[in-house]
Amino acid sequence: MSAKSTSKLQKHTLAGWLMATPAVGLITLFLVVPFLLAFVLSFTNQRLVSPNPTQFVGLSNFEQLLGVGTLMLEPERDDAGAIVRDARGEPEYPRVRDYTRNNPDYLQLSGMRELAAMSWGENRLVFLARDVVFIKAVLNTLAFVAVVAPVQAGLALLLALLINQKLRGINVFRTIYFMPVVVSIVVVSLLWRFIYAGQSGLLNTLLGFLTLGNFQPVDWLGNPATALWSILAMSVWQGVGFHMVIWLSGLQTIPESLYEAADIEGATGWQKFRYVTWPGLRNTAVLILIVITMQAFSLFSQIDVMTKGGPVDSTQSIVFQAVQRGYVQQDIASGSAISVLLFLIVLTISLLQRWLTRERN
Amino acid sequence: MAGLALKNIHKSFGKVDVIKGVDLTVEHGEFVVFVGPSGCGKSTLLRMIAGLEDITDGELWIGDKLCNEVQPRDRRIAMVFQSYALYPHMTAYENVGFGLTLAKTPKAERDAKIREAARILQMEHLLDRKPAQLSGGQRQRVAIGRAIVRNPEVFLFDEPLSNLDAALRMDMRMELSKLHQDLGATMIYVTHDQVEAMTLADKIVVLNGGIVQQVGTPMELYHRPANLFVATFIGSPKMNLIEVEVKETASGMITVGSQTLDPVAIPAIGAVKPGDTLTLGLRSHHLTLGGEALTGTVALVERLGNETIVNLEVAGGNALIAALDGDTTIERGSSLSLGFAPQNAILFDASGRALDEAVI
Repeated sequence: MSAKSTSKLQKHTLAGWLMATPAVGLITLFLVVPFLLAFVLSFTNQRLVSPNPTQFVGLSNFEQLLGVGTLMLEPERDDAGAIVRDARGEPEYPRVRDYTRNNPDYLQLSGMRELAAMSWGENRLVFLARDVVFIKAVLNTLAFVAVVAPVQAGLALLLALLINQKLRGINVFRTIYFMPVVVSIVVVSLLWRFIYAGQSGLLNTLLGFLTLGNFQPVDWLGNPATALWSILAMSVWQGVGFHMVIWLSGLQTIPESLYEAADIEGATGWQKFRYVTWPGLRNTAVLILIVITMQAFSLFSQIDVMTKGGPVDSTQSIVFQAVQRGYVQQDIASGSAISVLLFLIVLTISLLQRWLTRERN
Repeated sequence: MAGLALKNIHKSFGKVDVIKGVDLTVEHGEFVVFVGPSGCGKSTLLRMIAGLEDITDGELWIGDKLCNEVQPRDRRIAMVFQSYALYPHMTAYENVGFGLTLAKTPKAERDAKIREAARILQMEHLLDRKPAQLSGGQRQRVAIGRAIVRNPEVFLFDEPLSNLDAALRMDMRMELSKLHQDLGATMIYVTHDQVEAMTLADKIVVLNGGIVQQVGTPMELYHRPANLFVATFIGSPKMNLIEVEVKETASGMITVGSQTLDPVAIPAIGAVKPGDTLTLGLRSHHLTLGGEALTGTVALVERLGNETIVNLEVAGGNALIAALDGDTTIERGSSLSLGFAPQNAILFDASGRALDEAVI
């Protein structure tokens, strides 16, 4: 009976295609085409609106984005060979731009700007980048991911363990922890701007109250040292409920009898987690780490609402830069190149995570 | 080494009473089987002994220690679960040694104990495998191995064979029986299968509705069931029940009869008088050819080889099941007369309680 009806359905391929058309059409239009276009455009000099024809430019967009170099500067010496020092006694170094502008001996550094510098003995080691803002965005995003992934996954697991108990009113807590997830990140970002506000913000007021006025107010989003971490804390708070639910579903697949057997064998609470819960959650853990990593890499809305990449580029992120280039600066090619790079980074990290957390026999 | 005593044990889940006052003594080294239909409270009772369920009321003594509030790990018990409860990410070796690992037993000692348990259960070749690579029976061995290395006073089994196929169940049954003899430990075993109960037990506890119906050896339960529930629960095919009327009573003899049954004197003692209604219980295997007590039409014949099961429709719409010799040739639809020895019959009063057997 079922075999017959299947074959009957298979004969009516036209009806099948017609039914799939709306979904296939939309997915093609809004996912497949843009995805492929991003690859194609990243090798051109396409602009959003331009009278000039589009030209194929090879890898130059990527070279522009990823061009980095180092420069070792030796201190300036006077005729006697002694190090020249400024008024504060610090050694003086030649200007970086003497090497990066029109210097035929350092053509590979041409057009680069200083990203960071550090002392190297009496020398000065300078890191250069062709596109300083983009490199900062990459570094910020990597730092964001590196902290968000373990912290958010860990907190979510802790909450899941707490709400996975048979207590009266536990659903109230489940709801409370999940609530931030259903609020749009844009709304959350707007609200948290008040919390983080420099003078009379909620956080400063609270900390001042708790320390009896000894706390010096911090402009959380206006300070390059705190801005990225403030956004990170808010992002963790907003996303933790979602991953808590995924952990919870994983926890509930572990049979109760495994815990009972552990009770009889004399396991402590920690041993039960170590030997029963955690091994039972390994597939969930892989899923959660990959999902959080991908979400963290696509950091955009919080930045766009709260800091626009500032102060001093301290909260630039890869996606924010892609949007900034593509639409604000109307440089579609550069935005596409950033998107392609993001895709490759996320793909690599996901594959790496899968490989690291694979089942070993 | 220790026996076990349950004193007026109660268990309620909210307002629902599941165990309604169980008194039971288990001697050291006994194999006790809790048997009863689904929902009779047998598993709950076992889990209370294990410490996985709180005891609402009553006392649980393991050895000479009151164990109501003792943690499961300190009760000197080991439990084998119906689902085996093996840890899927550990090898059989690690599963068996799990409790020893938790207790931080030195490696050499742990290894020796695991190997010893594996030797007893003949599963040395399985130790490197994970549960997913083991068959049901092999998993069962690993679960039992984990219990053995704990060297417990009391082994608890919660329907351990119900996930196995029939042939394997029979093998494991024999092995469990042998294990009990080898280890000499007290074992409590829960099952809904009366065959397991009959074959394994030194002592069977029949439970129904949270109340102990009868405690006794398998043969006591088979021959002298205390009430109608035990009578129909133990034994296969089910005991035949015929409603009868008391015709006359004499010392140690009660003569009963009905439309179906010619008056027959049964050796029994009870406060009954002529005219009372009783229930007569007759085991299928106690019905024999060549009597005239019961006559009816053969409705169904099942030939099993070693015996032939006959469904007999008798007057008044009653049906009887008789287990006759395997070589008996009987046609469906033919008329058949059966007899029985009066001392094999059991009388039950109106409340379902068995009348005492009269010693002649």
